[in-house]
Amino acid sequence: MIPASFEYYRPDNIAAALAVLEEHGDDARVIAGGHSLIPMMKLRMADVPHLIDLQDVKDLRGIKVAGGTVTIGAMVTQAELISSQDIAQAAPIMHEAALQIADPQVRYMGTVGGNIANGDPGNDLPGLMQCLDATLTVVGPNGERDIAAREFYEAAYMTAREDDEILTKVSFAATEGGYAYEKQKRKIGDYATAAASVLLTKEGSTVSTASIAMTNLSDVPVFSEEAGAALQGSSCDTDAVKAAVAAMLEDIEPNEDNRGPVEFKRHVAGVILSRAIERAWSRA
Amino acid sequence: MNDMTPDREERKANLKGMGCARKRVEDARFTQGKGNYVDDISLPGMLHGDFVRSPYAHARVKSINIDAAMALDGVVAVLTAKDLEPLSLHWMPTLAGDKQMVLADGKVLFQGQEVAFVVAKDRYIAADAVELVEVEYEELPVIVDPFKSLESDVVLREDLDPSADGAHGPRKHPNHIFLWEVGDKGATEAVLDEADVVAEETVYYHRTHPCPLEPCGSVASMDKVNGKLTLYGTFQAPHVVRTVASLLSGIEEHNIRVVSPDIGGGFGNKVGVYPGYVCSIVASIVTGVPVKWVEDRMENLMSTAFARDYHMHGKISATKEGKITGLWCHTTADHGAFDACADPTKYPAGFMSICTGSYDIPVAYLGVDGVYTNKAPGGVAYRCSFRVTEAAYFIERMIEVLAIELNMDAAELRRINFIKKDQFPYNSALGWEYDSGDYHTAWDKALEAVDYDGLRKEQAERVEAFKRGETRKLMGVGLTFFTEIVGAGPVKNCDILGMGMFDSCEIRIHPTGSAIARLGTISQGQGHATTFAQIIASEIGIPADSITIEEGDTDTAPYGLGTYGSRSTPVAGAATAMAGRKIKAKAQMIAAYLLEVHDDDVEFDVDRFAVKGAPERFKTMKDIAYAAYNQAIPGVEPGLEAVSYYDPPNMTYPFGAYICVMDVDVDTGTTDIRQFYALDDCGTRINPMVIEGQVHGGLTEALAIAMGQEIAYDEMGNCKTATLMDFFIPTAWETPHYTTDHTTTPSPHHPIGAKGVGESPNVGGVPAFSNAVHDAFRAFGLRQSHMPHDHWRIWKTANDLGLHG
Ligand SMILES: Cc1cc2nc3c(=O)[nH]c(=O)nc-3n(C[C@H](O)[C@H](O)[C@H](O)COP(=O)(O)OP(=O)(O)OC[C@H]3O[C@@H](n4cnc5c(N)ncnc54)[C@H](O)[C@@H]3O)c2cc1C
Repeated sequence: MIPASFEYYRPDNIAAALAVLEEHGDDARVIAGGHSLIPMMKLRMADVPHLIDLQDVKDLRGIKVAGGTVTIGAMVTQAELISSQDIAQAAPIMHEAALQIADPQVRYMGTVGGNIANGDPGNDLPGLMQCLDATLTVVGPNGERDIAAREFYEAAYMTAREDDEILTKVSFAATEGGYAYEKQKRKIGDYATAAASVLLTKEGSTVSTASIAMTNLSDVPVFSEEAGAALQGSSCDTDAVKAAVAAMLEDIEPNEDNRGPVEFKRHVAGVILSRAIERAWSRA
Repeated sequence: MNDMTPDREERKANLKGMGCARKRVEDARFTQGKGNYVDDISLPGMLHGDFVRSPYAHARVKSINIDAAMALDGVVAVLTAKDLEPLSLHWMPTLAGDKQMVLADGKVLFQGQEVAFVVAKDRYIAADAVELVEVEYEELPVIVDPFKSLESDVVLREDLDPSADGAHGPRKHPNHIFLWEVGDKGATEAVLDEADVVAEETVYYHRTHPCPLEPCGSVASMDKVNGKLTLYGTFQAPHVVRTVASLLSGIEEHNIRVVSPDIGGGFGNKVGVYPGYVCSIVASIVTGVPVKWVEDRMENLMSTAFARDYHMHGKISATKEGKITGLWCHTTADHGAFDACADPTKYPAGFMSICTGSYDIPVAYLGVDGVYTNKAPGGVAYRCSFRVTEAAYFIERMIEVLAIELNMDAAELRRINFIKKDQFPYNSALGWEYDSGDYHTAWDKALEAVDYDGLRKEQAERVEAFKRGETRKLMGVGLTFFTEIVGAGPVKNCDILGMGMFDSCEIRIHPTGSAIARLGTISQGQGHATTFAQIIASEIGIPADSITIEEGDTDTAPYGLGTYGSRSTPVAGAATAMAGRKIKAKAQMIAAYLLEVHDDDVEFDVDRFAVKGAPERFKTMKDIAYAAYNQAIPGVEPGLEAVSYYDPPNMTYPFGAYICVMDVDVDTGTTDIRQFYALDDCGTRINPMVIEGQVHGGLTEALAIAMGQEIAYDEMGNCKTATLMDFFIPTAWETPHYTTDHTTTPSPHHPIGAKGVGESPNVGGVPAFSNAVHDAFRAFGLRQSHMPHDHWRIWKTANDLGLHG
């Protein structure tokens, strides 16, 4: 469990970080909290001759809520999400999700940007970003660009971010209505067997908007538009929930792993989504 | 005597002797990060070793090219089997009478097997060099199933003569290791044939791993000037390691010093001898400087000793009323690539023959077939005394299955079959003499403590509510009554590699009345430094706080067989008491001389000898110690010390009653343990707090094993669970609250009546958790499902029973 040797860089601004990336191309990578990257390096599954630590880049930090938009710097830690009053108010689903990521030790180091940029289907924030319809901002040699989170994930560990780009921040509209992040895992510190993010708004006694996304049930996070649509206009009754679950099941493609076979995962995905919808509805 | 003299009770309390919840003296250093583990040892000029390991479970090694690795700056040597062969160290004997490759000799037999040993200036260079060793493999068919292994044409162990007997008798197939049989097969089968009721079931106890917090490692230092080899390592049996090292290397035993420093958990994983130890020794001999080898977590899980992997096929017969009449068991034991179990020589399946459990079963038969497969070797006693966990799980499942067959309450079925108090010492059908027990009292206390009848009522209501669709959670009540056999053991039938399983203690009283005691055992977290001092305190009246306990250095400690199988208290604890009594006897003579009375006219009183009938005339142990060294006493040698080697007359038989109450979510397979009650009877209780700590730890390991922990392989022999992401170690979050309780039935043959407790919670805990899961589904027709009861397996059970609608 010892990584191959590497050069270590610790720039204090984005331009300097980009310069190292540009110079070493494929041989360079940024490191944020290191809680996905370092294990891969130790297993020698990732070979990173030039490692660029973003810890000192102040511009990548900070949580801001202004004009109904929540903006989170890539280097904000998962622990900061939990302690932030702004997040608790403007996006309580994120507070709830962050509490279910890994364990406290991991969350003190692990960052929002790392969790999103990593591209591991097991990460919780990518699914949440689908649900929130977030915008991801990256910067590279050709300047800054925005990518919709729903367009970001291409395959496991493959994203729309170019190798020479750095994710700087994520932004999304402050949420309203009911919310739930429901996750089944084997133990504290485990990735999801199945997880569901649900946002609902209510008008009278019917669902006016619904956004649903699933985690670790395909090789990319799954935004299930149809599942949301199945709830819209309904009174969130048993039939509507069943329809939403059925629609979601069309969109996921889980793999068998140590958490269980496909059949089990599909069943649990349905249960978890029903519970998430129920909880979100109770809060709407 | 004056008013300042403390009274008897106060003097007793000051000793912190047996029965005192004395705080663990070890914890000050462990909780402050000041322990001294193998990896903390750093010697001048020390080199670091690392293994090239096989990615394949079965393959021929066509060639090994070390050139690129040797060319890396800082690499000192790369050892392969060829280098070890001239020393006859490319293979080594296992503790089970088999042999094991130290480095791949022509082929590899399991994934993670040691192929080459790189020695480099630092740990990082060693790891880089491992990547540079080029090994050419030719894949061979892989066998991961022991049943298929016995039918396969693929011969795993080409080194063995297929027609020759193994260490434990004839082999019926090249992949067969032994058949071990106990009991009366014919008589048992006759009883089964005639019985009113026979319950038959296959109980699989899956492969798991002790996974101590600290993995295995060693530092070998060969001093070529004085010819002495010092070996530091994670050894649960340092003296045995010294003897084996001497026999293997030809270095005379007095020139070998083995040191077990602090050990971060063993649980059986650190009993055996591993290729890493051998390679660090050879590398130090070759290079002339110290060589360290410390494995990482994945290496620990993939290559060092696993536990269990027993397929137990059982039949149990009873009368209509539920009186058990016979027990039959055939076990297929998957030993992996080499038979590297660590059992007493005459017991290739350990003490599996304790499988009649706590019940008065007139006739029984046990047969165990050991089989080779392409999996890591091991089969060690993971927090148990040589397959006692397997035996307890087997009988406690069979009892539940029989209860289903009889349509009886499982608590009642146990009660009517328990060995009765007045039957002890009890001779079991499979040949053991149970020393003492009072099962009915313990069982009644346990059932009352949890309000058993109330639980059953609630459970019945829950089943009805479930059927009405009002809940998706079932409730299980997991019962277990276990009897262990620990404290191996009597030298007449227990040895390891020919070394009798006695143990030892040497006590030296210093002139000022404090003491040091050394034992042949070695704590890996059991708290010996705390509890053994308490035994001495009570035996000879010196405060436990004034006694240092030292273990693990073979140059200073008396010879002993080490710590595993709950043997430390039953064997070394007995030696401690006996050594204390020798000191007390001499102290009595000294006291009598000082008090100017006859030896018989003084009596021991807590911390002193006093003249009989005149308690104001006394000499404290402190006075006596001083006199022992500084006063010429006619006919008495100076000094006050003693050593005792204790050969136990019998094993001890701790027992207990555990009850687990669990809610099971049939839709997600998740569980919630509402209540766990553990009553232990370990005989005399030395330190209730240490006992409670051991019970909590053991129950948590049992929880892990029953509910998720496993070493699993795919068809290709790839280990699927080699990291802690997949190998379940519970955190505080998953761990339930435990209620502990006890009864006290001392062992009649042990000097202080103590039986050992460290392993009881694992032995009894696993069936308690597992039975709770099974019991939850009993109303829906479940008889048997396999551990670990992780989410998907529980879900599958529910699904197979049609509970998902
Ligand atoms: C025991 C354990 C349990 C875990 N459980 C969970 C869990 O339940 N749920 C979950 O979601 N996660 C879990 N994780 C992962 C954890 O949340 C990681 O922290 C997270 O996935 C990565 O964030 P990081 O800051 O540590 O990124 P790093 O590990 O530093 O980087 C991850 C990847 O992202 C890239 N990267 C990082 N930052 C940027 C950036 N700003 N721009 C471009 N690329 C970037 C890196 O180059 C690297 O490829 C767990 C981790 C561990 C060790």
